[in-house]
Parts: sequence; structure tokens; C-alpha cells
Amino acid sequence: MAKITFDGIEVEVEDGTTILQAARKIGGHVVPPAMCYYTPLKGSGGKCRVCLVKVTQGSAKDPRPMPKLVASCITPVQDGMVVENTTNEDVLNARKGIVEMLLINHPLDCPICDQAGECDLQDLSYEHGVSSIRYEEERRTFNKIDLGPYIQLHMTRCILCYRCVYTADQITDKRIHGVLGRGDAAEIGTYIENVIDNDFSGNVIDVCPVGALTDKTWRFKNRVWFTKPMDAHRDCPTCSGKVTLWTRGDEVLRVTARKDQYNEVEEFICNTCRFDKKETKDWTIEGPRHIERNSVISANHYELPVLNVPIVPNLPNSTKKNLPQH
Amino acid sequence: MGIKILTEHINVPGIETLEVYRKHGGYRSVEKALKTMTPDEVVEEVKTSGLRGRGGAGFPAGMKWSFLAKPEGVPRYLVCNADESEPGTFKDRYFMEKTPHSLIEGMITSSYALGANTSYIYIRGELMFVLRILEKAIAEAYAAGLLGKNILGSGYDLDLHVAPGGGAYICGEETALLESLEGKRGNPRNKPPFPAVKGLFASPTVVNNVETIASVPWIVNNTGAEYAKIGVGRSTGTKLFSCSGNINKPGVYEIELGVPVEEFIYSDEYCGGIWKGKQLKAVVPGGSSVPILPANLITKTAAGEDRLMTYESLSDGGFVSGSMLGSGAFIVFDEDQCIVRNTWNYARFYHHESCGQCSPCREGTGWMEKVLHRIEYGHGHQQDIDLLVSVAKQIEGNTICPLGDAAAWPVASAIRHFRDEFEWHIKHPKEAILPGAVYRGQVATIEA
Repeated sequence: MAKITFDGIEVEVEDGTTILQAARKIGGHVVPPAMCYYTPLKGSGGKCRVCLVKVTQGSAKDPRPMPKLVASCITPVQDGMVVENTTNEDVLNARKGIVEMLLINHPLDCPICDQAGECDLQDLSYEHGVSSIRYEEERRTFNKIDLGPYIQLHMTRCILCYRCVYTADQITDKRIHGVLGRGDAAEIGTYIENVIDNDFSGNVIDVCPVGALTDKTWRFKNRVWFTKPMDAHRDCPTCSGKVTLWTRGDEVLRVTARKDQYNEVEEFICNTCRFDKKETKDWTIEGPRHIERNSVISANHYELPVLNVPIVPNLPNSTKKNLPQH
Repeated sequence: MGIKILTEHINVPGIETLEVYRKHGGYRSVEKALKTMTPDEVVEEVKTSGLRGRGGAGFPAGMKWSFLAKPEGVPRYLVCNADESEPGTFKDRYFMEKTPHSLIEGMITSSYALGANTSYIYIRGELMFVLRILEKAIAEAYAAGLLGKNILGSGYDLDLHVAPGGGAYICGEETALLESLEGKRGNPRNKPPFPAVKGLFASPTVVNNVETIASVPWIVNNTGAEYAKIGVGRSTGTKLFSCSGNINKPGVYEIELGVPVEEFIYSDEYCGGIWKGKQLKAVVPGGSSVPILPANLITKTAAGEDRLMTYESLSDGGFVSGSMLGSGAFIVFDEDQCIVRNTWNYARFYHHESCGQCSPCREGTGWMEKVLHRIEYGHGHQQDIDLLVSVAKQIEGNTICPLGDAAAWPVASAIRHFRDEFEWHIKHPKEAILPGAVYRGQVATIEA
């Protein structure tokens, strides 16, 4: 076991846990955001750099601070480590800079994007971004690509988190898409237009943090905050069959996997459940889905509003420091 | 004329053949190391020599070797980084082209020291002709029993392979190199784990530059203590410099570390002065990724001391008034060169070569290039200069690999030292876009 201090809060975790997971154990507002890291996917993380934190004490044995900001999602904890996230101004400024970088080539077409309302990048830029933009040049654009009958790839919105590549690598047999090109010309693609055809291929839509991979059976049907999420299950021979139905009236508009408060899926689901079972009679409804994320989809909840109760009561004052406004 | 370690016999006709190379004392270190020394003794010699990595970072080679994890039953690898692609650097290419056997000898001795039974030379894809020279030399070495099973009857086996890259600058970063060598996309890995623990094929690996490895035979032959006597302070030994730009004698020079920079530029023995007797404007002392220094700061440090060609002296003053020795690509600019155009050119290179894995570098390098292009072509605004400084700061230190830093430093340093030139470009766009237009005002002074 290793004991670390994160933003002045002590937490004890197993050896080999990453700093991000230790922070998630504390929970609340001290948790660094993550755009590319995805707990169920091995090898993910380290790419988007929004989870950077400052390690002011490496470990109890070697108390030197780490020279650079480190990506908390891939850096394992050491006993006696002291980490600063929301209490360190350098970290917040660096994060602001990175959010700006992520946004300069993002089209900001949220009004017509299906991901709007449950988009990680949207939430991130509300929380950490700057309201004005300094980028004047033309943004990078790509043509839309059809990946078979169910999935649409709109590369212009992609932030190259590689999550879909890891998903396809780890839960489907033959991955046929990957990253082509390099630098800011890098794109997710199948090289020669190809159809992603696999029972579990639909999961790439769930892991996508932005609207780059969207569900064709749901595109432009409705805005996500008008739909009501319902937990449901069915006897599925291929997957667990535990899903969230997004309904409006009696209509099932969309089926997704169940996601936790960090927008990570609990169990991957198969394409039959996701795309073909769009009737309420196909499912056994368990009840309303509790959305824990701090997002517009929980704000418009038909239940009582979810109050953001701090998991650790009486946070030390250092975590409440007001930062200068930029 | 100082001592020559790497280039002593480089102009001997036929030195690329095994026969001539052995006649000039080649492969003596292999015999000495394999027959009379233990691997640990070789590592100790390299440690005492104070030899520092010649690829750019200048990390002590012996120290790097001693960090190599040695678990039982797991193979270890030595990989030679010959993916030299930084603008201005051409020393390794010249060296391998002329004396391929020197590198092979170094590879055998170093592999023996590290206990590696398979070693690789990862060479830049554009250098296909050098690859053929190396492969020919390796075939000769195999035929002579210097490679393969039971080398010279010592019981030590070594297989040496040459692998070409696809010509990506990023594959010169050690973990991207290993990915590429494994046959994957050349994306740098997240560290830790470091290659010394988990490198090539998830086994402990040491990655060293061509010049570092080629210095090992001399150290084994003449002892590390002798090597440590060459040079100044912690910068021991000799180093190859690839000199280019507006100088009378561009080329590769081997010098003892510690020669004054002024002597190096103006002496007939080395660069031979500025071309056509013009004035010196600026120098990039270690390849395109290190900070540029104006004429007044390259010959003297901010404290007024003579700057020497050593790791310490070139970096004296930090990034405010110093630079880095880097990989030894000495690029000289005369008074007629435009710093804005040059900075834009560097930024364009890093934009093109960014792997696109992590966001600050992927987006930031392109952004900087576009802003610099705008300034150079007369469309800049006054706030663009501060914008560049801020973007460079957002990239620096926040990326997976050092390419982000390498892209940010030249831009940040050019603005630090030549801010008035940037301002002149913005204020006088019509004059600045004329062919050959150069700002000839005062060089910014530094408050150290």
C-alpha cells in the first residue's frame, strides 16, 4: 500500500495505482480531467495531456520534486508522494493552454453535433478553457467517412485520443482502422474505405470523447438532454445485455452501454443490442438511469437534482484557494 | 591540432575495407575486451572516461550503461541510434560512410560490455547508400569471425543487424526508435518504464548515438583515465561537429572539447571565418532544436568569460543567455540572414515532423508555423510576438517526448534575442517581403 497526499488530502491506495486513480478514489472536484485515458482499455492514456499534475515530492525515500508536470493517468504512485492539482497555479495554467490547443482545430459545431450535451471536450472547455480564442487561421477539415451501416466518422471533430483504436484492438478480432499520417495531418481511418464489421464495433462510439464517431441510427434524431435515460437489460447471447436506453415518450431513440461518472463504460455491449433492439418490448426496464456526471444531461434530470456532495467532508483550506481569473 | 580519436584514419584510402582497417589498428579493442576483460570492467572504463552521450542530451554513457536492468533469462539489447535527421547534423553519416568498421568495432565492444547477444543499428531511411556500406562491412566482419558465434574463440556470440527507418525525425527519439524497430508506428512511448528496464521487445535496452559507441574502442584500448584527460572538466574527449552556414570551410570537424568558440569560427584550422568576410550575426551551436545565440553571446558568456566548445560553457546562463551543445550541428548565420525566415523554417520542420500523438505538440507546432509564416510574409500583428512566446510556453515541458521542447526552444530564443527584428517585420511589412530584405539594427542586449 502507498500513502499519497493529493491536494492536501491523504489517501491510501495499492502499489502501482496511477495518480489519477488515486485522485478518483478521493473524488469530487480535485480529480484531474482525462480525455484519452480510459480505465477499461489497456495502454490508453498519456496523449491528451489535460491530466497533468505537479509532483512536489517524488516519494518518502526520494523527496525531490519531479522536474516537469507529469501525466497523472500513467504515472504510478510512490509511498509518500505529494501531488498538487487544483492547488497549483502552474498546473491550471498548463491545462488551460492544453485545452486551447485541443480547441484550435476543433470545429465548435456543437449546435449541430450529436455529442453535444454529453461531450467530454465541451465539459472540459467549460471548466478549464478560456472564453476567447487566439487562433485566426483556417481550421483543419476532413471529409466525413462512412464506416459501414452504423458508424459515421467525422474526423474534423477528432482529438486523436486513440481510444477507439485501443477498443477495436482489445475487444474485436480484426482491427481495420487506425491512425494514418502524422502531426496535425494524422487521422483515424481505414486507409482504403472499409467497413468496420464486427459484433462489438459499436463500442467505438461509446468511447469517443467527442462527436467524431457517431451512431447513424441516432444521428439528428434528437438532442440528448431531451431524452430520458433508462437502465434496461435483456438476455443477450453475445454480451451482458446491460444497457442504458435513451427514450422519448415510448420511443427508444438510442441504446448505449452504461457509463459511470467519468464517462467510462461499465460493460461493453454488442451491436445487436445497440443498433437492432429499438423497441421497449425488447427490454426489461429497471428504472431511471442515475447520471452522476456534472453535465447538462444530469441538470435536466426528471429525478431530484443530484447534489455535488463532497465525498471527503471538511476539505482543507488549500483546496479552496481562489485562483486569479484570466 | 588536437588529438583525433574518431577521424584519425578517416582519409586513409580503402579504410572502409576490413583489411586496411585492421592494418591501422582496427578491432584491437575487441581482442582486448573479449580476451582480457570482464564486461563489468569495460563498463567501469567507460564510466571513468566520463564519455557523454553524443546524440544531444549529453547524459554520461557509463551511467546509462550501469542503469541497465539485468534480470535472469531475459535478453538485453544494444541499439545504435543512427537516425540522424536534425537540420544541420551530418556527422554520423560522414563517419559511417567513411569508416563503417569503427562503428562495428564499437558495437561489438559495447555489446560485450552490456551482455547483449543481438544488437541493432537503426539507420535513417534516406541513408540507404550508407546502409549498404555498413552491410558490406558487417558481412566482412562475419567472414573474419568478428561477428557471429564464438567471436575470436572467446565464447561470446553477437549478431549485428542494420535496420532502416522510414525517414521520420521522430524515430530518432529513443522510444519512438524502439517502436519503429519493432515494426510499429514510430510514436514515442510514455516514460516510465525507461528503455533500460523495458525497451526493445519489452527487454532491457540501451540506445546510444553512433559517435558514443564509436568512442568506446579507444577507451578500451587506452583506458578511460586517458580519455578523461582530454577535454575540459566534465566535458571529456573529442566530439565531431557538423559545421554549416555562412562559413568559409563547412564540414565535419573533430575537436577536443574545450576549444574557444571564437577560435573555432575564425581559425583556419576549423570553420575558417565568415564567408566573404561578413559580420557574424548568430549561431545555433547544437542543431536546430537548441536556442539560437546572437554574436555577442556566442563568443562570450553573459558574465564576460570566453565561451568554450563544451557542454557546460555553451549552456552557461541557462536559456536566458545560453544554449546547448546538443548533437554538435554548428550553424552560423552572417549579417545577411533573416532570423524570422530561419525561425519559420525551423518551425515548419517541427510541424512536419511532429508525430501527432500528444495534443500540445500536434496542434502547437502547426500554430507556431502559421503565425511565423504570417509575420514573414507581411501579415503579422503586433500581438503575434507575445502569442508565439505564449504558445511556445504551452508546448514546452508538457509533451511526451522532447520534440515539443525542441520545437518551442528555437522560437522562444529567437524572439528573446531578436525581438526587434520580429517587430520590424510587423511594422514594415512591405519592406520585409522584398527579396533579400534583412533587418540590420542593433542586436538585443541581454540583462543577465
